[in-house]
Amino acid sequence: MKFRTLAVAAALAVIGAGVVAAADEPQVVRQGMMKKMGGAAGALAGIAKGEKPYDAEIVKASLSTMVEVAKTFPDQFPAGSETGHETEASPKIWEAMDDFKAHAAKLGADAGAALADLPADQAAVGAALKTIGADCGGCHEVYRIKK
Amino acid sequence: MALRKFLGGIVLLAAAGAGAFYFITAPQRLPAETWASAGEPDLANGERIFNAGGCASCHAAPGAGEAERLVLAGGLALKSPFGTFHAPNISPDETAGIGGWTLAEFGDAMKRGTGRRGEHLYPAFPYASYARMTVKDIGDLYGYLKTLPKSASVPPGHDLPFPFNMRLLLGGWKFLYLNEAPRVTLADADETVKHGQYLVEGPGHCGECHTPRDVLGGLKTVEWLAGGPNPEGEGRIPDITPVEGKFGDWSAGDIAGYLETGFTPDFDSVGGAMVAVQKNMARLPKEDREAIAAYLKAVPAR
Repeated sequence: MKFRTLAVAAALAVIGAGVVAAADEPQVVRQGMMKKMGGAAGALAGIAKGEKPYDAEIVKASLSTMVEVAKTFPDQFPAGSETGHETEASPKIWEAMDDFKAHAAKLGADAGAALADLPADQAAVGAALKTIGADCGGCHEVYRIKK
Repeated sequence: MALRKFLGGIVLLAAAGAGAFYFITAPQRLPAETWASAGEPDLANGERIFNAGGCASCHAAPGAGEAERLVLAGGLALKSPFGTFHAPNISPDETAGIGGWTLAEFGDAMKRGTGRRGEHLYPAFPYASYARMTVKDIGDLYGYLKTLPKSASVPPGHDLPFPFNMRLLLGGWKFLYLNEAPRVTLADADETVKHGQYLVEGPGHCGECHTPRDVLGGLKTVEWLAGGPNPEGEGRIPDITPVEGKFGDWSAGDIAGYLETGFTPDFDSVGGAMVAVQKNMARLPKEDREAIAAYLKAVPAR
């Protein structure tokens, strides 16, 4: 009985440690960053569609998140992280790292420009989101493989 | 002596069979009167069909940006299990493009996969979907294409290994897979769903990517829109039938919104080959996106 409990506890500890360890893996980190990006886009879209009232703080926070993510996102693609953890990263990223980084930089620049000249109403948020959405799609078009 | 007669009989049968195959699968042309009803081209509708049909996505020059999207110079390589196809020049240039084609010749290519010289065209050009288009839409599209810029570009021909380089065999492919039948039967389809069915099964040719193919490259229509391996190589094409817990959880509004903005309900963004499609969908009138969404909510879940 004691041995069984010990064995189960050990197994759970290993699994737990695995989960915690995985949390630092670049594939997992970058997936989390993309989720953050989606959350920010969602907040802006709510305002753009008129589902949520215009709120300058939310617009600022969302655009800031996007600028932050765009800055450090390309760092999450070191050699050796091409596969694993169900990554949807295309091998093209490592074949054309400069272009990949340029896409991230463009997103950061567009979000930064909107942040500097904060969209002041529903229509302006919609326009900013359109530009940013095109950046999202432009990178995904080449560098993400749907699994 | 009997053996010689027997063998002679076999040879005769084989010849008769080959002759029958050749006759049955010869490239078809629609009757000339078909195109009489097209009337004066409605260029606005032609532009709409151009976007729904995604012509620029294959026929614009490789790497063409937004500005050169309307110069249909051809040249884009389409890799497939049968070899690599190169999209032809369909600009209105009289020599390098289709400027010299009549409406009937254009229509025969779109609806029957028959080229100007009476040759079979490869179904990488999705005439197996375009076959469902109306005469009017094809006439309007033809009129619109004539207004686009000319290009003198001569792209490379297809790069296909034997036996796929034999156009004759396409007659057999068409016998099996080319028809105008609806892909799915929808009971109680209202006008919006029917309109969506036309757009998706016809000019939209969505099934050409979103439906898995068999070993001969024909669509497995029992799995209509159920997704499958990417025919161009990497990754998977999603199932867009209303499977509960998956695409079925998207509302019609979500689908129409995605086609307009490229954002999924949880704000992931469109990617891969769908980016060009979504950009075209965004150019359509709202009612068209809504009709497509209504149809996708109505098809059988696979």
